[in-house]
Amino acid sequence: MQLHKLRERAIRLFFLLCGLISIFILLGIFYTLLNNSIPALREVGITGFFTTGLWRPTAFGAPQFSTLNLILGTFMVGTGALVIAVPLGVACAAYLAEVASSREREIFKPIIEILAGIPSVVLGFFGLVVLAPLIARIFNIPSGINAMNGAVLVGIMALPTVVSLAEDAITAVPQEYRHASLALGATRWQTIRNVTIPAALSGIIAASMLGMGRAIGETMTVLMATGNALAMPGSFLDPVRTLSANIAIEMGEVPRGSLHFHSLFMVGLILFLITFFINMLADIIFERYRRRA
Amino acid sequence: MLKRKSKASQFGVFMLVVLLSGSLLVGGCGRPQEVSPPPAQDATAAPSPQGAAEPDAIEAATIQIRGSDSEVNMVASLAEEFMLTYPQVQIAVTGGGSGAGIAALLDGTVDIANSSRPMKDSEIEKARANGVEAVAVRFAMDGVAAIVNENNPAESLSMEELGAIFRGEITNWSEVGGEDKGINLYGRQSNSGTFIFFMEWVLRGDYDPGMRNMVGNADILEAVRSDVTGIGYIAIGYATEGGNVRPGIKVLSIAAQKGEPPVSPLELENITSGAYPISRPLYQFVAGRPEGAIRKFLEFELSERGQEIVLESGFYPITDADREFNKNSAGIQQ
Repeated sequence: MQLHKLRERAIRLFFLLCGLISIFILLGIFYTLLNNSIPALREVGITGFFTTGLWRPTAFGAPQFSTLNLILGTFMVGTGALVIAVPLGVACAAYLAEVASSREREIFKPIIEILAGIPSVVLGFFGLVVLAPLIARIFNIPSGINAMNGAVLVGIMALPTVVSLAEDAITAVPQEYRHASLALGATRWQTIRNVTIPAALSGIIAASMLGMGRAIGETMTVLMATGNALAMPGSFLDPVRTLSANIAIEMGEVPRGSLHFHSLFMVGLILFLITFFINMLADIIFERYRRRA
Repeated sequence: MLKRKSKASQFGVFMLVVLLSGSLLVGGCGRPQEVSPPPAQDATAAPSPQGAAEPDAIEAATIQIRGSDSEVNMVASLAEEFMLTYPQVQIAVTGGGSGAGIAALLDGTVDIANSSRPMKDSEIEKARANGVEAVAVRFAMDGVAAIVNENNPAESLSMEELGAIFRGEITNWSEVGGEDKGINLYGRQSNSGTFIFFMEWVLRGDYDPGMRNMVGNADILEAVRSDVTGIGYIAIGYATEGGNVRPGIKVLSIAAQKGEPPVSPLELENITSGAYPISRPLYQFVAGRPEGAIRKFLEFELSERGQEIVLESGFYPITDADREFNKNSAGIQQ
């Protein structure tokens, strides 16, 4: 009996440790980012990273460290991806959860999941060779290597996340809601539009937010497809550089310990904070709606 | 999801296999190239290309090479041929940019850094701090090619015009005698040796912030091919294939001064004589005086056969001045 209790406690401790490890890893990453950013903050100053200007640490003239255009580019690609992924993803999830027969579902679900398995470098190559010329032709501009190109590709990448989370949310809506709606004479489409999807809204918003988090962190596809220009973009048809692409471009060549090296950690810290707050927001929204329901 | 082996999930697995193998194919034509050693019997069956070389003169070794995107295909070809003669040596060649190659050499993770530019002051300082003596070898010549779309009527530019275009001071083709169309700029990223070389040698100033920063030479080629207003710069080896300019693009002739006759980088003598104003030597850096397998490989690159491969790769052989440079820096006489 005593031994049994002891074993129980040991197992409890083991699972607690597993939970704590992920928290420690998160804190460790945050600490590393912050610690390595401090030398850059000391030299450039917090204002140096957020004044109007360019990101140009290897300039011919005086180096510049403004991250504003990078942040703008990141949000353009992220929100652009959402505009594509959310309507498509929610519609797809509604189809899978409400309309499709079990046989259709068995065919479509694995195919959507394969979408998540496409290597990002392949998608980037696709964007460069196929999608960019297509965008150029549609909008009658000389080059389609721009923010929209990246947004469409990242939207495709975020699609499986949105679909599977939104489908879970829709499936979780109690069957009674649907029955009541149908009994009142609503059609199937009216039921989906006015009852099921509003009831699943918290889950759908959380799905969108997590899709956004995925989109903002995406690197390789964006790096290949958006053109990475440093200038402030005027529209979605201009090339942009995102925070993550900027780190990927420059991290390989900077001498360790240089100002450029530390300022890239600062860029990483900004990226970390943005995704952290987006995920936290998704969590808060999710909790609030769940309590109301 | 896969509770039972339904036809649908089998189809899913099949699709996955198709996509993955497709991605491998696409990845295979990308830049990073891993050169696998040829089977050992090849060396004994075929006479070694150098004839007099003694395959057993060096011990088995692995050489890691990293750096310049411009050099990666040429060095991979050189390594392949070298490994036919010396099957006991394995050479892996990857890209990543000159800056990445030099950083890796100074951190001691590679044996040879490919670089299309000399080392920066900050890198030399870093080398000193790490106790690494970086030794340079020039093994090929490059004429950085300014390329435009084949439907662009432009044929030539002066150095000053080219610099002004990339600085963003000239923004319309009509300002350099072309059609009334805006100019789209395509350049490399700051990890690229060509990016730095072009900035310091042609622009002598900062790039226009509207320039698109592409991942490699091949991406610039692809972008200019589909953009009639575009201009880009790439290593000459990427502009040609089998001695001809690649389809879809045009290589501009460049005049050193406005009014002087423009010179094409497609002629060997224009590069070796220095008449083409954007000629440059291509470098490899090693840590300390090269010895053993690394030295043998460098000697092979500088040999007659090595320089033939350089030419076959679309680049140009080194000159006597470069040989003198190699003798002084690395003590290699070829």
